[in-house]
Amino acid sequence: MLEYDLVVVGGGPAGMAAALAAHEEGIEKIIVLERADTLGGILEQCIHTGFGLHYFGEELSGPEYAGRFIEELYKTDIDVKVDTMVLDISADNVVTAVNNFDGLLTIQAKAIVLAMGCRERPRGALSIAGSRASGIMTAGTAQKYVNLDGYMPGKTVVILGSGDIGLIMARRMTLEGAKVKAVCELMPYSGGLTRNIVQCLEDFGIPLRLSCTVVATHGKERLEGVTVANVDEHLKPIPGTEEYIPCDTLMLSVGLIPENELSKNAGIQLDTVTNGPVVDEYRETSHKGVFACGNVLQVHDLVDFVTEESKLAGKGAAKFIKGEKQENGVVHTKGENGVRYIVPQNINRATDNDVKLYFRVGRVLENVTLTVTCGDAVLLSKKKRKMTPGEMEYITLKAEVIAKLPADSTLVVSTKEA
Amino acid sequence: MKYDVAVVGAGVVGALISRELSKYDIRVALLEKCNDVAMGTTKANSAIVHGGFDAANGTLKAKLNVRGTELMPKLCADMAVPYRNNGSLVLAFSEEEMEHVRTLYERGVKNGVPKLSVLDKAQVKALEPHVSDEVVGALLSETAGIVCPYELTIAATEVAVTNGVEFIRNCAVEAINVTADGFLLATTQGEISAKYVVNAAGIHTDDIARMIGDDSISLVARKGEYYLLDKSFGFMADHTIFQCPNKMGKGVLVTPTVDGNLLIGPSALDVEDKEDVDTTPQGLEFIVEKAKKSVPTLNIRGAITSFAGMRAHPVTDDFIIGFSAKNDCFLNVAGIESPGLSAAPAIAEMVAGLLKEKADWQEKKDCVLTRKAPVRFRHMTKSEREALIAKNKAYGRIICRCETITEGEILDAIHAPAGARDVDGVKRRTRAGMGRCQGGFCGSKVVEILSRELNMPMNEITKFGGNSKILFEKTK
Amino acid sequence: MEKRDLICVSCPIGCAITVELDDNGQVISVTGNTCKRGDSYARQECTHPERMLTSTVKVEGGRLPVVPVKSSVPVPKEMLFDCMSEINKVTVKAPVKIGDVVLKNILNTGADIVATNEV
Repeated sequence: MLEYDLVVVGGGPAGMAAALAAHEEGIEKIIVLERADTLGGILEQCIHTGFGLHYFGEELSGPEYAGRFIEELYKTDIDVKVDTMVLDISADNVVTAVNNFDGLLTIQAKAIVLAMGCRERPRGALSIAGSRASGIMTAGTAQKYVNLDGYMPGKTVVILGSGDIGLIMARRMTLEGAKVKAVCELMPYSGGLTRNIVQCLEDFGIPLRLSCTVVATHGKERLEGVTVANVDEHLKPIPGTEEYIPCDTLMLSVGLIPENELSKNAGIQLDTVTNGPVVDEYRETSHKGVFACGNVLQVHDLVDFVTEESKLAGKGAAKFIKGEKQENGVVHTKGENGVRYIVPQNINRATDNDVKLYFRVGRVLENVTLTVTCGDAVLLSKKKRKMTPGEMEYITLKAEVIAKLPADSTLVVSTKEA
Repeated sequence: MKYDVAVVGAGVVGALISRELSKYDIRVALLEKCNDVAMGTTKANSAIVHGGFDAANGTLKAKLNVRGTELMPKLCADMAVPYRNNGSLVLAFSEEEMEHVRTLYERGVKNGVPKLSVLDKAQVKALEPHVSDEVVGALLSETAGIVCPYELTIAATEVAVTNGVEFIRNCAVEAINVTADGFLLATTQGEISAKYVVNAAGIHTDDIARMIGDDSISLVARKGEYYLLDKSFGFMADHTIFQCPNKMGKGVLVTPTVDGNLLIGPSALDVEDKEDVDTTPQGLEFIVEKAKKSVPTLNIRGAITSFAGMRAHPVTDDFIIGFSAKNDCFLNVAGIESPGLSAAPAIAEMVAGLLKEKADWQEKKDCVLTRKAPVRFRHMTKSEREALIAKNKAYGRIICRCETITEGEILDAIHAPAGARDVDGVKRRTRAGMGRCQGGFCGSKVVEILSRELNMPMNEITKFGGNSKILFEKTK
Repeated sequence: MEKRDLICVSCPIGCAITVELDDNGQVISVTGNTCKRGDSYARQECTHPERMLTSTVKVEGGRLPVVPVKSSVPVPKEMLFDCMSEINKVTVKAPVKIGDVVLKNILNTGADIVATNEV
């Protein structure tokens, strides 16, 4: 059995940042296990720009952003194994992995960082009626075909879901010569960033149809068309609004799901809203010494935030390994009045840092007053012009404020529209 | 090419018949119009091995069901096909339905079905705690089971091909001419001559029979829709749970699958177009509503996919198996609807028997009717995995994350006798792409591997043959 | 005087910006932006809009058949498709490094097309 201080599961932006942060804190034996054949995770196929504005103050493409961390990582003595899939994490932090050069690997870890990322929701989860023709794929799969394999996955395209990957792919396919007929969004608002609606759809005259869904797919072998329909306030298709759109490809951008099969098998407690682990301010899970960060913890919009969160997890793992992680009772967090969830779910009162509470709202809110309360005490209040479900928000709490809260009390983040 | 027998259709029936015929020292061709075996009714059904109490006394359905169910466990064990003897329950929700359950019991006993019993509510709830509290009793059939129908077909074809049967894919029969010593079949793969033809073309057996002027087969295309739920819902049923049957079939069932998923369905809708396997909002809604009657806590949010299959319902309501009245060397195997899968091993036995009686063939000495179990990395122990990877590194590379399927298993599927030629073929043989992400991550890798192994460009690789291509031209 | 509402595309925050223009189309004021980039974006967008362009270029002998590229600076919005035609004509030989210029001053826009990954 191999022995490492820290095993990082996943070599995407989250895993790399966590490994580097732990290394900076003086942790010596670190290994990153990545299932793909390169480091960088999903960034490898995200060739559009817009990454790194917060973190580097530059507008980078996905591979460039990843490249900065890959370069850093290879300057250190952090071990990296690509093409290596983690199969299991045991109760006593033994990681079992497999690849085609070492065979089976078992590694005893002092601490583990989970950074497996997320996957796209497939068609089956949507129950769209119709044929099983080819040409129905997630936007991310299409992105891989175009940007990495160099093949067109379609010529006339309808996109269901206005998540960012769907919007980015609408532009990408258009630039490569495909005709994107429409982007349909079930909700009355888009799930993507506003800037992507402007520069990916409006720039190219691609219609965004809100409160609209695909009700059927047609074609026996390759897809030949889809039927779309408007939906009512209960998201049910309205009879009589059906419209047939000929197309050879249906791309799905209908949500991302954190990939927590390993976490689940290890018995780690998951949050039913985020589908990621329940963590503290250093992103430590319910399993001592196991940390989680990036999209496996909560689905992010911006990789810059993933990096920030992952550095925190790396630092936390380092503290754990060195036995420096302070504990003095916890405070729980909870979202109310439109705040769907909070990460972290728990905060150690002994925390040595200010804590950012990340959250998303459940619907579009305007002229909002955001408050953080504990019991009757209003700890923080902030005005926001607009909040949308598509954009992750945060609010920062000072360490000294947290230290004064009673143990086992609950912090509530809540919104109120004017 | 000159064959002794041409079997038309590589569904579970055609494949098992070919396997039976591969015992003899003759030349057999198994013709399939699609790019793979098990592409019709076999691919999309309830995957149930029925006890045999449902069919009317004295019918072929009854006789072959009981015999097939008896043969199934050993057949599956011999060919390393997943099978589980989980037993089935027919639920009654009223005293009237209880009456029907007792009728089924009597019928079953007459059909020769062993191990049947009538249960009261408490007994049912003890066996299946998630069943509705409205249940009043049930028929328990202990010999019933579940099987993987396409894996059974794949295995039977592999055995047949290993014994010398020729599997010809993308071979649609377009016309049949009767010749002095048999038949000349005009197919999309050229002319094929055979002394005997076995018509096992599923929903198309009527069309094939008509090619020799036999218009005696009258079929109705009956579509059935299903939902497949994630493995985390598999615990909701241990037995196969039926409701009382109606004239359209055995109604909506809730059953575990051999892979541990939960399957619900089917709906039953008679359709004009034999190739119409589109799911419909109405059909899917119907099965959820009906399934909830049996298991009220079912949550359809656990669905990972939905699909529809076509059943060939014979207007006579019984299997049609025998030589055609138009030509006594042309054997029809038609109208194989439920319990067709259960009966398939017995149908194969019967068909081979009918042909052997006529043709006086010799048995081969070196024929092997068993199949070695394919590598299943996910089911292996640590030491088995170590030994496997030491032998072949390809078993160390995980391609499908959700189901833990290795590159080695995919290579085996492609290079097996009558191996996979498309993405769905790989999926059925290995489960790659059958998990939660439904091929989102591994789909493109499977395309790459198929492209490399079959020496075809990536944009020639299909999902399931024909024009089901996945990619268009290169971007640059 | 004309008022135009824009969503800033300079970064993923997407600020809602209001621009006031005089009768000659000259910018009088920019409000709603939260950084300097927003100000210049708004002025640019109202006079001659520009966009970053990303795509791929064919590679020979690399680990991938294509390498991702971007324009070093934004190009005029109306020239995106013309630039794509130029990009599609290019083939480079591996190895390609991040920052390698694969096409200089594309269509005289002043933008170079540079590789953004190692292939």
